[in-house]
Amino acid sequence: MKVLGIESTAHTFGVAVVQDQEPYILSDERAEYVPEKGGIHPREASLYFMKVAPKVIHKSLKASGVNASNVDGIAVALGPGLGPCLRVGATIARALAVYLGKPLIPVNHAVAHIEVGRLITGVKDPLIIYLSGGNTMIAAYSGGRYRVLGETLDIALGNFMDVFVREVGLAPPYVVGGVHQLDRCAEEGKVLLKLPYVVKGQDVSFSGLLTASLRLYRQGRYSLEDICYSVREVAYSAVVEVAERALAHTGKTEMLLIGGVAASKYLREKFEALSRQRGVRLAVVPPKYSVDNGVMIAWTGILMFKHGVTIKPEHAYVKQRWRLDQVDIPWL
Amino acid sequence: MTRSIYRGSKAEVIYVGAEAVLIKYIFLGFKAVYKFRVSKPYRDSRLDSEVRRARTINESRILINARLSGVNVPVVFYIDIDKALIVMEYIEGELLKDVLSSVSVAQACSIIEDVGVLTGRLHKAGIVHGDLTTSNIIVSPNGEVYAVDFGLSRFSSEVEDRGVDVHLFIRSLESTHYSYASKVVSCFLKGYGKVVGPELADLIKDKVKEIRMRGRYVEERRGM
Repeated sequence: MKVLGIESTAHTFGVAVVQDQEPYILSDERAEYVPEKGGIHPREASLYFMKVAPKVIHKSLKASGVNASNVDGIAVALGPGLGPCLRVGATIARALAVYLGKPLIPVNHAVAHIEVGRLITGVKDPLIIYLSGGNTMIAAYSGGRYRVLGETLDIALGNFMDVFVREVGLAPPYVVGGVHQLDRCAEEGKVLLKLPYVVKGQDVSFSGLLTASLRLYRQGRYSLEDICYSVREVAYSAVVEVAERALAHTGKTEMLLIGGVAASKYLREKFEALSRQRGVRLAVVPPKYSVDNGVMIAWTGILMFKHGVTIKPEHAYVKQRWRLDQVDIPWL
Repeated sequence: MTRSIYRGSKAEVIYVGAEAVLIKYIFLGFKAVYKFRVSKPYRDSRLDSEVRRARTINESRILINARLSGVNVPVVFYIDIDKALIVMEYIEGELLKDVLSSVSVAQACSIIEDVGVLTGRLHKAGIVHGDLTTSNIIVSPNGEVYAVDFGLSRFSSEVEDRGVDVHLFIRSLESTHYSYASKVVSCFLKGYGKVVGPELADLIKDKVKEIRMRGRYVEERRGM
């Protein structure tokens, strides 16, 4: 079985063809929208997607060596994500499905991150730690769905990091050489400044930390490096602590770190320390597949298609706020 | 550190939690729990000792105050801030999380109503628990409910903080007892409303709704 998957939830337009047996990934093409300044502008990103889409699809099909008429289904990420961006992928996927006469498979972006992570790392039933620009979530499979055990009560960890470095003049670009500007700036920091360490049960909150850290910066009494270090320590530790609480609560013996922020070496070190302390296996999805891509959509599409989950094109609306715990997971 | 206290003893580790190790032992003839906050290798050591110290002081104060206000919580016997140690009464019974998997919906409803009453009393005493889940409620053999683990609790009468307590409890029901969670949430609110009164209960209910909306990607938020 071969499925073509389309990802367009935020800044990446990705198209991949994946099959249900080794070597799984037949092609993996991506085009990334990089803003000149500020953050992602949804409309700008969607215009960019429209421009590159035909080329990316064509390249992906060509690289896979599969004729479009021979794929078994078209999978598309219908959410969660930015509306204008989602609509580009959804429109193309609906058109392809109708034109080729293939079933359309509605994929949840968060589920796809988890499934590609399970495929690549081989973990079975992990505690999932999903950290990205738009998500900060601790989840685990239970009773037919991925249940959300903890999340941010306000802004996501990646979003927090981006806003902080932008406000103190370090970004854009937010990531240089695969290292986030916050991690970079924190390397020279030594002094631990007092900042709010907020853990509410299994949830975290970063809005207070953002306000307090920007206030410290504007006071001008401390070096930016020390502020970065303190911000990073407090933010990362809070996330690791809620993951630890969820481990204690669920008794899971594996952890799967997914999403763009998982690429941070310092965050990973903290999770490694936690995994050693609790004797829990830690699996980190390599950066290539922890960022947004078409492979994860196509692979999840295969899992869903095998369990009969498809959608009629006329019902395939995008869902900007489609929660992870709203999706049935029949394959586990 | 433990050895100096438990020389030649039959101390028994009863729980290795997320932030503390609980050891069951005798204190001046009483069955007691020794709660040690353990150091976390993933935290900067300065941040780590500050967090452990602050939480030990805070938890002790809260437990004493809650007890004085007639809330079912363990009695504090002894505190050592430098060791991040609290010695408290051992509560006999079973975790609510485990109890719920072996009772009928009606029984669950009655127990959860009692948790609502307990939460209401706590809030009336100006305390929020901060980690109110089914793992932190003990049901004693005679059916009374006790709140334990005040590690993240605070003195607060803010509707926001109270709302977070209620939200956390409901979410812990939903995430581990999803089969009947929707049926027993009203039981909790009934017990809670009995103590704090209908006006405040409604205010908190609205707050809980708002907090749940705040989570990222909530479908209902689309219209806001």
